[in-house]
Amino acid sequence: MNTLKYQSQAVAKPYFVFAMILFVGQILFGLLMGLQYVVGDIVGGLIPFNVARMVHTNLLIVWLLFGFMGAAYYLVPEEAETELHSPKLAIALFWIFAAAGVATILGYLLVPYATLAHITGNDLWPTMGREFLEQPTITKIGIVVVALGFLYNLGMTILKGRKTAINMVMMTGLIGLAVFFLFAFYNPTNLALDKYFWWFVVHLWVEGVWELIMGAILAFVLIKVTGVDREVIEKWLYVIIAMALISGILGTGHHFYWLMTPAYWQWVGSIFSAIEPLPFFAMVLYAFNMVNRRRREHPNKAATLWALGTSVMAFLGAGVWGFLHTLAPVNYYTHGTQITAAHGHMAFYGAYAMIVMTIMSYAMPKLRGVGEANCNRAQVVEMWGFWLMTVGMVFITLFLTGAGVLQVWLQRLPESGEALSFMATQDKLAIFYWLREIAGVVFLLGLVAYLYSFFVTEKKAA
Amino acid sequence: MSERFTKGMARNIYYGGSIFFFLIFLALTFHTTKEMPKRDHRENITESVVRGKALWEDNNCIGCHTLIGEGAYFAPELANVYDRRGGEAGFKAFFSGWMKAQPLNIPGRRQMPQFNLNDQEIDDLAEFLKWTSEMDDNNWPPNIEG
Ligand code: HEM
Ligand code: HEM
Ligand SMILES: [Fe+2]
Repeated sequence: MNTLKYQSQAVAKPYFVFAMILFVGQILFGLLMGLQYVVGDIVGGLIPFNVARMVHTNLLIVWLLFGFMGAAYYLVPEEAETELHSPKLAIALFWIFAAAGVATILGYLLVPYATLAHITGNDLWPTMGREFLEQPTITKIGIVVVALGFLYNLGMTILKGRKTAINMVMMTGLIGLAVFFLFAFYNPTNLALDKYFWWFVVHLWVEGVWELIMGAILAFVLIKVTGVDREVIEKWLYVIIAMALISGILGTGHHFYWLMTPAYWQWVGSIFSAIEPLPFFAMVLYAFNMVNRRRREHPNKAATLWALGTSVMAFLGAGVWGFLHTLAPVNYYTHGTQITAAHGHMAFYGAYAMIVMTIMSYAMPKLRGVGEANCNRAQVVEMWGFWLMTVGMVFITLFLTGAGVLQVWLQRLPESGEALSFMATQDKLAIFYWLREIAGVVFLLGLVAYLYSFFVTEKKAA
Repeated sequence: MSERFTKGMARNIYYGGSIFFFLIFLALTFHTTKEMPKRDHRENITESVVRGKALWEDNNCIGCHTLIGEGAYFAPELANVYDRRGGEAGFKAFFSGWMKAQPLNIPGRRQMPQFNLNDQEIDDLAEFLKWTSEMDDNNWPPNIEG
């Protein structure tokens, strides 16, 4: 049953499917690293930890980008009330991006990183070897080219169609994503400047423009599943993203405390980043409010669950766990410990992994020609996936937080001479790491259930 | 939200607020980059330090270690390893021995790979770590263990 309003929305499907394939890879490498944390030589020298980590984090970023692109190709035409400018371009860019992504990951796995840097000419224009920005320069250029084509395609679509607030916010977020990525090409030999501007990519993404993308997707899905008046939803959207940017831009200062910067950043960063949880809290109120005020019973219960879930988990991961270590006097002790890892996991999952699964949950039944929603059985399995992954992530976060608190206690709080060394501390944290790994297996089971739900159909009447 | 607070007002706060705070951010960034030379001691960035940073990146050291608290949390902080492991008197000897001894192959222990660097390269990396340790990072980390 074809329920697509515009046939060109169909280009979103390969983006979503490929995102899920990468997601599986991300989790498998996460589990491998989790083991390396406790059994250091588990795979000998075959896949060093740094390689596994690059694969884990880069797969995450790339699958989220695929998810955002799929979301944009799905919702922009529907909002603009017109077909996508060029479905052909969208499909061509899909293959280019997928091929570049796979080649880059294979590069990480098959040759030593220094060799990869050498053969891709990193000495000509060094951009590699920085956290999250490990991609060869040529891959980074490829990402920019794909982004330009993508933005052109969406821009032309919006120009000829209706310019809704959701579309404008989505577009601003995506343009911002591309613009701030350009700082990845700036790698001065002075480490102090390098680090300062590195955060223009990382922080201004997740605590800036990506929040616009998340807000736009959430608003779109809420309109669809609740039938609440667009005016109301869009007003909330503006309020939320206003709070996000007003707090998040100067909130970047929470990463400048211990760089070679003037001390006023400790005040600016602490004060503004302390406000950053607000937009996430507003998203919780808003999502629950809209669902309570719903004017229709949408048959896709799973999509509603994801929409509520992402607001709550983003608030916990980004808002609560972010606030935990964001004030300068606290961050002095927690900076770069397992507390950071705990926060990074729940925030990325709650805000960005879950918002992608929210729009997928809503759009995939339509993209696959199933109808408005999957059958009941499929939705039940999907909800199992939701709960197992989410509970798995809650426990990953709690165990890493436990590890982090103990790490701070043993290694950071005592004076030099009395503090335990890093490696000796890690040995004491082993139990937390084992528990994290178990929670990680639960997460994987949830992911399997989630993917399996795509293949569940209604039982044939006996 | 009350009816008097309209979508248009929300939109104006969004545009006005973000542009305003972005401009402040740019101004502070400008001021910070002017202040940085006092703290990063860039006058001490030698050819060797520059090569050392490139080696640091080309071997993805950040994939296991933190450097001033950023990076991976699998292996020790290295912004102050120069001070922790001997400083002026002993660091270079320690560091060269350390790089050559990898992997330690202690069963069950986390492994650092062998990067096959020559003496010149090891010296460059040591110079990079020395320079890094001498920057003024507002007194972080709290103690020598990093
Ligand atoms: C969805 C939004 C967010 C995501 C995806 C996210 C993700 C991350 C990640 C991955 C890191 C580690 C970066 C590194 O490798 O060095 C980090 C660091 C940090 N985040 Fe967030 N974050 C989010 C929102 C927030 C918010 C709202 C706050 C504050 C209330 C916050 C406070 C911090 C702080 C203080 C650090 C530095 C930790 C350290 O010193 O080691 N984050 N975040
Ligand atoms: C089975 C589940 C998972 C396991 C066992 C796992 C394990 C790990 C490990 C060991 C690290 C490296 C920490 C270090 O640097 O020492 C890491 C980093 C990271 N992982 Fe995962 N992971 C899992 C799932 C996820 C998921 C679902 C997400 C997000 C949706 C995620 C996002 C990240 C991020 C953002 C980092 C970098 C954190 C930072 O720099 O602070 N991981 N993960
Ligand atoms: Fe941040």
